[in-house]
Parts: sequence; C-alpha cells; structure tokens
Amino acid sequence: MDLSDDDWRRPDPALLRLRRITCLVELGGLTALALVALLVTGHGWEALAAALAGTVLLGLALSSVERHFRAWGYAERDDDLLIRRGVLIRRTSVVPYGRMQYVDVVAGPWDRHFGIASVVLHTAAAATDATIPGLRTDEAARLRDRLVALGEARAAGV
Amino acid sequence: MEWSRLHPLTPLLRGGSYILLLAAGIGQQGVRDGDARFAGVALVVGTPLAVLAGYLSWRTTRYRVEGTELHITSGVLRKRDRRVPLPRVQSIDLVRPLAARIFGLAELRLEVVGGADSEARLSYLQEETAVRLRTSLLALVSGREEAAEPVERSLATVPTGVLLGSMALGGPLVVALAAPLVLLAAAAFAPEAVLPIFLGMFTLLTSYVGIAVKRLLTEYGFSVSEVPEGLRLRQGLLDRRTQTIPPGRVQTIRISEPLLWRWQGWVRVEVDVAGYGAQESHTSTLLPVAPRAFAEALVARVLGTYLPAPTVGVLPIVRWRAPLSRRRLRIATDGRHVVSCSGFVTTTTDIVPLTKVQSLRLTQGAWQRRLGLASVHVDSAGRRLTGAVLAHRAVGEAEDLLAVLTAQARAAR
Repeated sequence: MDLSDDDWRRPDPALLRLRRITCLVELGGLTALALVALLVTGHGWEALAAALAGTVLLGLALSSVERHFRAWGYAERDDDLLIRRGVLIRRTSVVPYGRMQYVDVVAGPWDRHFGIASVVLHTAAAATDATIPGLRTDEAARLRDRLVALGEARAAGV
Repeated sequence: MEWSRLHPLTPLLRGGSYILLLAAGIGQQGVRDGDARFAGVALVVGTPLAVLAGYLSWRTTRYRVEGTELHITSGVLRKRDRRVPLPRVQSIDLVRPLAARIFGLAELRLEVVGGADSEARLSYLQEETAVRLRTSLLALVSGREEAAEPVERSLATVPTGVLLGSMALGGPLVVALAAPLVLLAAAAFAPEAVLPIFLGMFTLLTSYVGIAVKRLLTEYGFSVSEVPEGLRLRQGLLDRRTQTIPPGRVQTIRISEPLLWRWQGWVRVEVDVAGYGAQESHTSTLLPVAPRAFAEALVARVLGTYLPAPTVGVLPIVRWRAPLSRRRLRIATDGRHVVSCSGFVTTTTDIVPLTKVQSLRLTQGAWQRRLGLASVHVDSAGRRLTGAVLAHRAVGEAEDLLAVLTAQARAAR
C-alpha cells in the first residue's frame, strides 16, 4: 500500500518490554533449571554446553521478539483500517470501517501491569484477522471509540 | 397479527426420538439384567412426565408477526422471547422430516446472521400454514408490500441417474478398479496379505457406500427454481427441505470439479449465505451435479451477470511453490466480482461479489518472499465458503490487487 513509514502507528514500547521479559523468564528459567539439574548430577562440561546453548538461543529469541515488535503497525485511513504484522509470514489486513461488527479491547493481568491492551476488530467474516496488540490503555480506548463511531457512520451490514 | 400456536402434534414428533432412545436404552438394560422392574418404573413415571413437559412446552410457545419482526416466545421455566428482524433474514427453510411428512407437518427455519444459535425455528406447523407463513415472511424479508402468490420458474432439476453416476465417479470407482489389481499383486507376492487387504478394501467401499447413500438421501430430487422472493432449492428423499434464498444474500459461490467428473464435464455448485453453521454443509448446495456450461448459466442467473472467465495466470516461477496446481491458478475480476480458480485434484472456482467483501488480506510466507510472490485473500461472511484466495501472485500484482479491490469494494458497498 502506498503509505510512507510515518503514516503507520506502532504498538507501545511497553509491549516490547513485556515480550522481552516473558522471553527471558521462559528461556532463562528453562536454561537455569537445566544447569542446576546437570550440575547437581555432576555433568560439568554438559552444563557449560547447556549454558552456551541457552545464551545463544536467548539471544536469537530476543532479536526475533524485537523484529516481531517492529513489524506490527496500523494505519487509520479514511475508509478502512490497515494492519500489518509478521516477520516470517507477513500479513497486511484491510478492514473497512463499515464492515465492523464489534470491537474488543482485551488486557491480561501482565498487559494491565504494563498499562497496555489489545484492540481486536470483528467483522462478519470469520477469516478477518485484525488484532492490534500493545496499545497504551488510553490509545486503545481512543481507537475503540473512533472505530465504533466510524463503523456506525458507515455501517454496511453483511 | 394475532398470536398463534404450533401444531398440537408437536410434542409427540419432537419427543418421539427421545422416547425411542429411552425405550432402546431401557430394553437393553432389561435384557442385560433380566430385570423388567427398572424398565416398568421408568415407563410408568417417565411417560406422564414427558407428556406433561411436552404439553407445557407446546402451551407456552407462541409466535406472531409484528411489523417487520417475527416474535417467538417459548419456555416453561426459562422464558425466551425472540424477535427476528425480518429484513436481516438470510434464508428461510421449510423442512419436512419423514415423521412430520406422515402427519402433514413442516418446520420453518429462519437463518439470521449471528452466533451458533442464531436461527429461529417454528416446529411444527401444518404444512399449508407453514407455506402461507413463509410467503408472508418472505414478502417482509424482501421488503415488498403484499404477499403475492409466488410464480415459480424452474431453472434446473437433477435427474436421479446423473446423481447416481456422479456418486459412482469418485471413491467407489477408484476402489472398484484398484481392488482387483491390488489383490492380484498381493496374491502374487504376499499371499498371506490377501485377506487383510480384501477386508480393508471392503471397509473402504462400505464407507463410500454409506457416504453415497447419505448424499442420495439429501440430494435426491434436487431442483432449483426462481420465485419473486429469490431462489428456491428443493431436495431430499425422506426428509424434504425447501430453502429460499432472498436476492442479494449470496456471500460466496464455489464451482468444484473433482478429477473423475472432468471426464463427463460435470461440476458441483455451492453457495453460502451469512449465518449457516459449518456443520450443515448440505444446506449450501446450489446444484449437486450438472454440466459446466449449465452451472455457469445458473450462477450468472443468480448474480445477474455472466462472470468473466478466469484467465489471468501466474508466473512460471510459481512451479517452485505450487508445482501441481500452477496452471490452474487463474483469476479474473470485473469490478463487481472476484473469480479465483485453484486446486489440482479437485478444481475449485470461488466467486465473491465485491458488495460482500468483509475484509482483504495480503499474506506472504517466507518461501513466497524468496520467489517474489504474495497471496491476496478476499474475505466474505460465508461460514463454510469464507471467500476467495488469489494465491501466489507476483508481489507488485498482489499489492495492486489489494489496492484496486479495496477501492472497488468500497464503491460497491
């Protein structure tokens, strides 16, 4: 789509922080567990190898988390909402405001702790794939209200 | 309109299956335990209770037409008051299960957009009552003033011979042809495997026959006709179903051509309206089997215009991504519809009117990116046929398609 980079809005950096922490806790925790188990059973060299592998993996995972985060974007155009995402599989969705059936704002406990929420658009089509994660709570509310208002103004039914 | 009730035989018909189940269960129990007391108690206590429940449920169920709404109240303990906005109805079905046909009764089903439980049912009504109610509801659905007696124009019927032939041309034929060869080979090289292979083939054949019988039962006597309120589809051997799709409700059309049907030039046409559950797959058949030209003429009739033939192919490089179906990946657009062809064994053509586009998506997998390809998905509100995929187009073409189709869909809304 002919949009310059400035027209795309992005999720809040808090989402990146949250994803990084999740990644650290999961992979780091797993590595630590493996290390402890190996050390207790007296496998010194294996423990060193595990530590190295764990670090490399963690590095890879962290960079992929970051690339994933950078790939998210959305743009509010005159008649439709544009959402793009994905690194390995890239997706761009175009959802006309008039086709929107309802909007969800979802925030799990950790999302709330970081002050972010996801906005999910639903149309009458099951295949529609329109989620914007990691919006600051006030931005999520603003977007929801705007989408609902535009959706009502242009309602096109099914 | 005054409140009306369902037919008094309703509890009997609705409860009939449960009573049969109960009887079967008790009978089994009795046989196993050699004890008839349990069965006796269950019958003596259960039957009056069931009769009472059925009576109360019938007694509390009422319906009436109010302005442009159908108002149904039901429920003994938990009351349900449902108002169906008729202009939003996607299709009206008149269903006559075998048991109901014996008593001259029918069920009226209204399909509305919504969740799994979004349909409204009136079961059972006297057949004439149901037909009359359908006529007046359809008039409200299509927003016309008076309920004219429908003038029906037959568009197509499917002869039983063709239906049977189309069922044979598929799994059964393959098994029947392959079985002797496989068995001969087995006899020559591994005689001890003959029996298991034979049994396997037999099981496979029986399951195919089961599927064929089910299809025969649902699609027997299929006919499509045109009434002022839309399209009317009739089908079924024991359970008859008459479906009426008001104009402008079709979300997606699929023309499919299984490999073995190509020899006869047969195709199958399915339509999907918003709101049909995925489990009721037979509800969307527009034509179970017909020659291609005929099917295309019918589709043109439904859409009001002939569709462009899908002629725009894909780049030769697509053979690295979809080697078998590359030649079949063809699309066409005419500013009002998207037509997309795909598939190797069964060739399917999906058609989405741009007025029905809910969203558009561009996707690009890692391998597609290496080859410079991308796919455009056109989503409609159909439940089973969820839209068309313009697969493996060149990136620039896909981006243009996304932009152009977005603009055209906006203009069409």
